[in-house]
Parts: sequence; C-alpha cells; structure tokens
Amino acid sequence: MSKTINVALIGNPNTGKTSVFNSLTGLNQKVGNYPGITVEKKIGSCKLSNGIKAQILDLPGTYSLNTTSLDESVVVELLMNKKDSLYPDVAVVVSDVENLKRNLLLFTQIKDLKIPSILVINMADQMPRKGISIDVELLEKQLDTKIAVVSTRKGEGIEKIKDLIAAYDTLSNSPNTDVSVIDPTYFERLKTVFPKEDIYKLWLVITQDVNFTSIEKKSLDRLTSFQTKKKEELKKLQHRETVLRYQFINGVLKESYKVDYPSAKGLRASLDKILMHKIFGYVIFFAILLLIFQAIFEWSSYPSDWIDEQFAFVSDWIKNTLPPGILTNLLSEGIITGIGGIAVFIPQIAFLFLFISILEESGYMSRVVFLMDKLMRPFGLSGKSVVPLISGTACAIPAVMATRTIENWKERLITILVVPFTTCSARLPVYLILIALVIPEGTFLGISFKALTLFLLYLIGFAMALFSAMALNKMLKIRSRSFFMIEMPTYRLPLFKNVFYTVVEKTKSFVFGAGKIILAISIILWFLGSYGYSENFKNAEEIVSQRIEENGLNDYSKNYIKKNLLNYSENKGQPTGSIPNPLKITPEQDSLRILNNQLFERAKNQEIASYKLEHSFIGYAGKAIEPIVKPLGYDWKIGIAVITSFAAREVFVGTLATIYSVGNDEEETIKNRMAAELNDKGKPLFNLASGVSLMLFYAFAMQCMSTLAIVKRETNSWKWPLIQLIFMSLFAYVVAMSAYQILS
Amino acid sequence: MANLTELKVGQRAIIKEYHSFLPHIKLLEMGCLPGNTVELVQIAPLNDPIYINVNGSHIAIRKSTAAKIEIELL
Ligand SMILES: Nc1nc2c(ncn2[C@@H]2O[C@H](COP(=O)(O)OP(=O)(O)OP(=O)(O)O)[C@@H](O)[C@H]2O)c(=O)[nH]1
Ligand SMILES: [Mg+2]
Repeated sequence: MSKTINVALIGNPNTGKTSVFNSLTGLNQKVGNYPGITVEKKIGSCKLSNGIKAQILDLPGTYSLNTTSLDESVVVELLMNKKDSLYPDVAVVVSDVENLKRNLLLFTQIKDLKIPSILVINMADQMPRKGISIDVELLEKQLDTKIAVVSTRKGEGIEKIKDLIAAYDTLSNSPNTDVSVIDPTYFERLKTVFPKEDIYKLWLVITQDVNFTSIEKKSLDRLTSFQTKKKEELKKLQHRETVLRYQFINGVLKESYKVDYPSAKGLRASLDKILMHKIFGYVIFFAILLLIFQAIFEWSSYPSDWIDEQFAFVSDWIKNTLPPGILTNLLSEGIITGIGGIAVFIPQIAFLFLFISILEESGYMSRVVFLMDKLMRPFGLSGKSVVPLISGTACAIPAVMATRTIENWKERLITILVVPFTTCSARLPVYLILIALVIPEGTFLGISFKALTLFLLYLIGFAMALFSAMALNKMLKIRSRSFFMIEMPTYRLPLFKNVFYTVVEKTKSFVFGAGKIILAISIILWFLGSYGYSENFKNAEEIVSQRIEENGLNDYSKNYIKKNLLNYSENKGQPTGSIPNPLKITPEQDSLRILNNQLFERAKNQEIASYKLEHSFIGYAGKAIEPIVKPLGYDWKIGIAVITSFAAREVFVGTLATIYSVGNDEEETIKNRMAAELNDKGKPLFNLASGVSLMLFYAFAMQCMSTLAIVKRETNSWKWPLIQLIFMSLFAYVVAMSAYQILS
Repeated sequence: MANLTELKVGQRAIIKEYHSFLPHIKLLEMGCLPGNTVELVQIAPLNDPIYINVNGSHIAIRKSTAAKIEIELL
C-alpha cells in the first residue's frame, strides 16, 4: 500500500514554515528571519509511520487569505482550486508561539474552507523566556483541531506532526466561524443562487483580486452578474469579518493562552534603540556595508589566490601530460582556465552570501527597511526595495524574486526594472581582470587606484539604479494604492546550520551554473574557431608562409622573438649582439642561434594559427560585428566575448581564454595574453580607454538571459524585459563609446 | 481628536471606531482593530515611518497611514 497525500504548510510570514518543511523532508530550503524569505512554492516528501507518503508543500507566508501581494496569492490560488494536483488533503498551519493570536486569524479562514487542518505551534523554545503558557488540550477542543507544539530549533515535536498527518482522515473539517453573520441577507441570497458552493469560498472569489483563471470559470461568470455590492461595501464587510474572527479568537485564547507580560520585553527594545538610533542607526548600517566590502575585496584575496594557483597547476599538468595539440589547448587553456576564472570568485561569493544570510537571520533586514523607507521614497521606491537592491549585489535573479513582498505594484515594478543596475557578483570577474590590466598602480589617500575603481563601479551601479528609478517614477503612469507595512521580527541569534546551508547552496549553484555555461560555450567557440569554410582558411599555411618569405614576420612576432632572446641572454649573462660571425661561434652563441630558429618556427606557426582563426567561422562572425564594437575600442575577439557573455557575464573571461588558446600555442595566463594583444596601431589592445569603455559597458548593459527571463516571469509580459534590454544596452553602448572617444 | 502620529514614544492608546476611513485590510488583520491597545515603540530617524506594537504585533507603517487612525490616549 503506497498512498500519497498532499500536505500544505501554511502560515504567517516568518513563523518557521520552511524550518518545519526542512525538518520533515530533510531538505535544505532557505530559512531567514525576514517576512518573505519564501516567495514561491517548494515541494518535498516525507514517509509517515503508517506507510503513507506525504508530499509536503512549502508556501510563502501570508497573514490571511485576503491577499495584497503576489507571494500571498500563491496560497489562495492553491486553496481555491480543488482540481490543482497539489490541492492539500491536510493543511498544516504553522504559527509562532509569540503571535499566536494573529496566526489564528489565518487558521480560522483555512478551517472555514473545510480543509482538514492541523495547528503547529512553533518556536516553543521561546515560551519560558516570553512567559507564555498554553493549555493545549483546551485549545484543541475550542478550535476543533489537533495541535503539535514544536521547536524546530531543538528538533522537538516533529514526530508529533508526522503522527498527526498520518491520521489525517480523523481530522475534523467543520468550520470555526460562520461568515454569513456579517450580512445575513446578502449571504442568504448568495446561498440561493449558488446552493452547491461553499459560502466562504464564494466570499473569497468575490473579494479577492487574484488570478482565478484556474477556478471553475462558470461559477465565476454567474458571480459577476450577481455582484451587486460596491467595492466600498465589500471592504466594510471584510472589516466586519476580521472583527468577527478576532472575537472568536479572543474568546478561545482567554482561557488557554496566558502571557506573563513583565518577562516579555527586554532584548528587542534595547537593540532597537541602538540599531535604529537617529545617528548610530545609519552609522551601523554603513559600517556593516563597509565590512562586507572589506571582506569581499580584502579577506577573500587569500583563498582566491590559493584557488588560482591550484587551477594553474592543473592546467600546467594537463599541458605537460597530454600530447600537445589543439584539443589539449582547449582543455588546459580554454576550459580549465575559464572555469578557474570563475572558481577564484568562490570566496567572494561565499562571503557575500554569508553576510546577507546573517543579516536576514538576525532580524536586522526589517530594520534596514525601516531606516531606509523615507530615503527611498523620492525615487519611487520603498524601504522594501532596499533588500532586493542589496541582494542584487549577489545576483539579480533572487533579487527580482525578492520584490514579491512589495505590496505596491508601481514600487515593485520600478524595483524590478532597476535591480539589474546593481553590480552583481558575475560582473566581478570581468571588472577585476580589466582593472588589473588597465588601471595604473598608485594610491589616493592610501587606497589603491584599483580598489578605488572597483568601489566607483559599485557606486555607479547604485547611482544609476536610483537615478533611473526616479525617472521611471516620473514617467510611469501607474496608479496603485500606496500602502506600506512590514513586520519587525524579534532578534534571533543566527543559526549556524541555516547560514551554512545558505552559503553552501548558493555558492554551489553559482559555480555549477556558470561552469556549465562556460563549458558549453568553450566547446562551441572552440569548434567555430577551429573550422572554416573559406579558401583562405584551407590554404592558411601556404598563404602565411609565402607572406613571411616576402615580408618577414609581423611586428608582434618580431617583438616576441626579441624579448625571448633578451631574456635568454640576460639569464646567461651574454651580451646580445647582432648575428654573430659563424666562424668564431661559441657554444653559447650557437645555442642562441638554435633558439632563434626555434622561436622563428613558433612565431610562424603562431601567425598561421591566428590567420586561421581570423578566417574561421567565428572569425567571420566576429568581423561582421567588428564595425559595431569598433567605436567602443574593441576588436572582434572582444566583440565575440561581449556577445557570449549575454549567457552569463562571467563567461567573458572564459570566452577570451578559449579564443586566445585556439589562436595561440603559448603557455600563458589569460591576463598575460590579454596584456600582449595589440590593436591595429600596434599599441596594447587593452589600454585605459578601451578598458574603461568595457567596464562601463558591463556596468550598464542589461545582460544575462536568466535575468531577462525572470523579469518576464515576474512582470508577466515581454514588454518590461524588452524595454529594459533595449534601453540599458543602448545606454551602455553610448556611455562606453563616449568614454572611449574621450580617453583615447 | 488625536491620531496615531501624535503619540509619543512609549505612550499607549486605544484605537477608536473607524468612521469615514477604512484602513487597509492588512492593518486590521495585524490587529489594528477598534478597542485594541497600541503603543508607539519608535519613530524612524527621518521621522517616518513609525514602529508600533498593536495587539502584540510589532509592525512599521508610514505616517500617512497612521494619521488616519484615531486614538484615545491612555
Ligand atoms: N527560536 C526559534 N526560532 C525558530 C524556530 N523555527 C524557526 N525559527 C527561526 O524563525 C525564522 C523564520 O524561519 P523560516 O523557516 O524561514 O520561516 P518561514 O515561515 O518559512 O518564513 P517566510 O518564508 O518568510 O514566510 C528563522 O530565523 C528561523 O531560524 C524555532 O523552533 N525556534
Ligand atoms: Mg519560508
């Protein structure tokens, strides 16, 4: 007998639903002390004692079934649609012990939908400290339900939940209250028109604005003809409904729930006094931000360097072990170096997530919202936009999702549209390598130019986000009711396990996500760069050999030979003369001649390879786009890298690594190879002008397909992501071009 | 007639019946119901929003909302 039942975890935000979910399923979904960590449904499963398999559904938190934001409507849509494959057989309402009264509001609504329900009272470990005592038996009787008192932190009560779920068919499904008393005549009429429908469900269909397309369409059509009440009247009725529910709840809790108030205050009050102090509040906030930057750019350099060395080692090892050839090159220089280029950012990413996760777990994020709300309003944003903007420094995708908690549609839309301007972690690899190449050494007020540049790039990102928010606020003619409310959770010591899993999971998905794309793109590029169809490509060897015979090697090769010879003789302590007299040749000079010949051969092969590359598939593609990127100071190789990085920004580095390794036989790091590239004037290709131009392009361009896709999903139309794409790309192009033209 | 913005930090009051203005349903659900006690916990450094404790719920709301909630000082 293997039966599967659906179990939905429902409850107010921040009550520990995801913690219960993780305990039941053994999964590690993200947990945090901020209302609105979970914004979409997540599924897991759990075996019950009697052999039944429970499919557990974790849902976003909601204060009631009267929804006002997108994350909440996920819950209502599910509960209203009996045909949904996830429609729960049992609803497990998770509440936290401190706010039981408010949590019960939602509980009574679920009960009134006649769904068999269990009440989980979580965070029981807090009861002694808060002076709370509960008469569970009495409460069970009054609410007509089964109760599990649980502490997921201590792992207590989880078995009890499983047992209650296993006995799901013994649960009562009779309602707690009767909504019809709020307006008996109106509900009497509803009953006569829809005799078969459940009265509370009808009431929800009438009052909720959520997307009910999936619900039985017919009854809805009949409803619209029935709808005789005005919006304002309906609101009054909802008001009465809430009062009714609270009357019921107050009656219930009077006997069974006792709080000893004096012991209740304490830590929260004193921490709030400091963290939201007029001056210290902001000082502390900015100090925390600075600390995060410091950690990302200073502390993580040690593990980063170590990782870099390991990859260089592997790359060398492959080169020396496998037979030389273009495939070995692809592996050692294209793929390994490309992935290594991402792996060095593991420490940075880990630090970023570590801090964000600690901020969320401690309860500080809500305070940031409180501190920043007024400051953000002139930009058409709300305090709640700060959280997406901060998490946007990690990645735009979760940041766009995090906007779901913003009630006001206009504020939410603006936040979504400007989030991609914040400097996400994927831009770091690009910035860092370019900064290393083109920004000169030196310090300003004790801070290195390089660090300063990076800081400026972050600043530009934020400034641009705010500026465009302001512009959008003026331009968008969307009227939506301004409403702002956020719960201030109690402070909590971050749980090591929660923080740890968040960091590990996020870092893993960063590396594997990027790694996969880099691997795929490297292979495609390698193929496109190693084959061609034109005559030029096929006869590359003859063409180049002939040219060398007539005109000699090109400047780059000559330079290359000279540098190597110089190096060699310096190490040997030999003066480099012109070609020595063959009659008076010393062994050293002989070896110099041999070296010269070898170098010549190499340089020639090199020229053939790059000629081939230029006439390969990718070469032709690159040449085709060169006129577009030329005004920005890029050559066709950079152009290709910019285009492939649309898949994910960090791919830029990997792409260049692959292109260079195809056209090059030398063992060099990408950075050195980039430094050696020359433009058509014989100057380094990556100079201040083109470097700055590239950085600015990356700072402003809407990139990465995944962001585009998520914006499409969250705004439910192609309109916004396309506007974003076109506007941001054009803007980036113009800025990058101006920068290049001015600087060069 | 006093409203919620006139409370001082630490002061408590009782919410009065709503007449012309009906607050957002979410506020009601958080416990901003007539007859319930409300305490002003803190005001944001820039004077807005405010942080209140009503019926055991700790929430922050903007002053524009708070101005519409009439109270009776305790
Ligand atoms: N003291 C204590 N804290 C808990 C317990 N269970 C969860 N928490 C904490 O409560 C906070 C919220 O937990 P989550 O599991 O993310 O809550 P949620 O209901 O999924 O929250 P949303 O997804 O935002 O609606 C986290 O900081 C948890 O560490 C518990 O039993 N005791
Ligand atoms: Mg959750």
